[in-house]
Amino acid sequence: MLPLADTQFAEATWIMVVKSIVIFAVVFGILPILTVVERKLIGRFQHRYGPNRVGPYGLLQPLADVGKLISKESFRPENATQTLFILGPLLPVLAGVLSLAIIPWGDVQGGVGFYGIDVPIGILYFFAVGSIAFYGLLLGGWSSGSKYSLLGAMRSAAQLISYEVSMGLALLGVVMMSGSLSLVSIVHSQGEMWFIVPQIVGFVIFMLAGFAETNRTPFDMPEADAELVQGFMTEYGGMRFGSFLLVEYMEILVVSGIAAAMFLGGWMGPGPSFLDPIWMLVKMLALVFLFIWVRATLPRLRYDQLMTLGWKVLLPLATLNVLVTAILVVVL
Amino acid sequence: MSAAQDGNDFDPRTASYLDSIEVVEVQRGPEPGGLGGAYRAFGETLRGLKTTMARLIEGPLTIEYPEEKTPVYPRFRGRHKLHKFEDTGLEKCVGCSLCAAACPADCIRVVAAENIPGDRVSAGERYAAVYEINLSRCIFCGYCEIACPFDAITMGHDYEMADYDRRDLIFTKEMLLAEPVERTPLKSEGE
Repeated sequence: MLPLADTQFAEATWIMVVKSIVIFAVVFGILPILTVVERKLIGRFQHRYGPNRVGPYGLLQPLADVGKLISKESFRPENATQTLFILGPLLPVLAGVLSLAIIPWGDVQGGVGFYGIDVPIGILYFFAVGSIAFYGLLLGGWSSGSKYSLLGAMRSAAQLISYEVSMGLALLGVVMMSGSLSLVSIVHSQGEMWFIVPQIVGFVIFMLAGFAETNRTPFDMPEADAELVQGFMTEYGGMRFGSFLLVEYMEILVVSGIAAAMFLGGWMGPGPSFLDPIWMLVKMLALVFLFIWVRATLPRLRYDQLMTLGWKVLLPLATLNVLVTAILVVVL
Repeated sequence: MSAAQDGNDFDPRTASYLDSIEVVEVQRGPEPGGLGGAYRAFGETLRGLKTTMARLIEGPLTIEYPEEKTPVYPRFRGRHKLHKFEDTGLEKCVGCSLCAAACPADCIRVVAAENIPGDRVSAGERYAAVYEINLSRCIFCGYCEIACPFDAITMGHDYEMADYDRRDLIFTKEMLLAEPVERTPLKSEGE
C-alpha cells in the first residue's frame, strides 16, 4: 500500500479561504522585495551597490517600478490578435499562483495543514500547471503579430521540450524513494536524511532544468534582452510587461519551493514546530540566492547548447539516476 | 636555414623580418564536447561562481559621488584663487597682466589702475581694477599661476563649476578673492 496523501483529512471552508489569503499575501509580499534584492545582490556581485535611492536602502524601488509600469500606456500592435494578446500575460500569472497551492510550508498543526492543498498527485500537478504557463509565453509571442515576438516564442517552445523530460525524470528518483507523489508525504519521508544526499544528481538536474523553466540565465534565450529585445515580450508594455516579469519571480519562488520540499527536507529544522514555515522560507530563499548567484556569474548559452545539454547530458544522466535508484530501492 | 640565423653573414637586404621573430606555439585548450567537455564546463562553472562570490564578499567599490567625492592630489589644478597678504590685507595682484599674456586660452582679462596713496588696494604701484577669468574657456593649464611674479593667483582644488548660464562662468575679482568653500577632499599621504 503506497502512502498516498491523506484524502480523508478535510478542513473547514473558511480555513481554506484564510489559508489561501495568507499564502497569497506572503508570496506577493516577498515578490517585490525579491526584485529589489536581486538587483542589489547583482550589484554587490559586480562591486557596486545596486538601487539605493528610493526609500531607505532602496527598499521602495519596486514601488517606483510598478508605479512607472502602471502609468505607461497599455499599447497593443495593430495586427495583434486582441483576445490572445491580453490572455498572454494572464495565463502565466494564473499558473504561478496555482503552483503556490502545493508548496508545503509546514505539517498539520492544530487541525490546520500549513499548505494550500495536499493533492495526491502533487508533483504531477506542478508539471501540469507549470506547462500552462508556457502557453502564456507562446500565445503572447504569437499573438503580438511581430516577428521578434514569434521568434522568442519559438525559442521558448524549443527550450520547453528540451528540459521538461529531464526535469520530470530528476524528480522521479525522489518519488521512488519516498513512494509518494504528495509533497507533504515526501517531506515526511525525509526525517532521517534529506533527499539531496542520495539524490544529488537529481537535485543538480532539477535545478538546471529549473533555471530553464524560469527563463533565467544561463537559459534565458526566450527573453535574451540583448539580442532578441525581450523575445516574446517585445510588443508588451506597461503592466502587461510587468506581469511577465512578476511571473518570472513567482516561478523562481515556486521552483525553489518544490526543490526545497523535495530535496532539502522542506519544513524540517531544529526548534519548535511553529518555526516550520520559517525554515521552509529560509531554504527557499537560499535557493533563490543560488538563482541570483548563477545569474550574476554565467553568460547566456547558445540555443543549440541548451538543446545539447538537455538531450545529450541531462536526459541520459536523469535516466541513469532513475535506473540506479529503482534498482537500489528494490534491492535495499 | 636562413642567412640571419647563421649570424655571420647577415644581409639586411635579403633578411625577412620573420627571421627575427620567435614563433610561439599557440596554446590550445582541449577539444570541446564529450564527457570531458561536460566535466570541464562544470568545473569552470564552479570556478566562475567562486569568482563572483569573492566579489560579493569584497563589497562595493562605488564612490557615491554627490555625497562622497573622489579625493584629488595636492597639485590638482581646479578653480583659480586670488590671494591677499595676510598681515596687511592688501591684494597680491599688481595688475601686471602677465597671467593674461601667458594664458593660451585667452580667458583672463585684467584692467590695471593706479593705487591712490591712503586708499591702497594692492601692495604695488598699480592694482587690478578688473580681473576676470572666463571659466568656460579656461583649460586649467596653470600657466597663469606660473607666470605670476607675486603668487597672486593659484589654482585651487574645486572642480564643481557647472552652471546654467555661460555668463555665470565669468568669475570676477570679488568671486576669485572670496575664501572659496573648499568642497573637494585631498588625497592623504600615499593614497
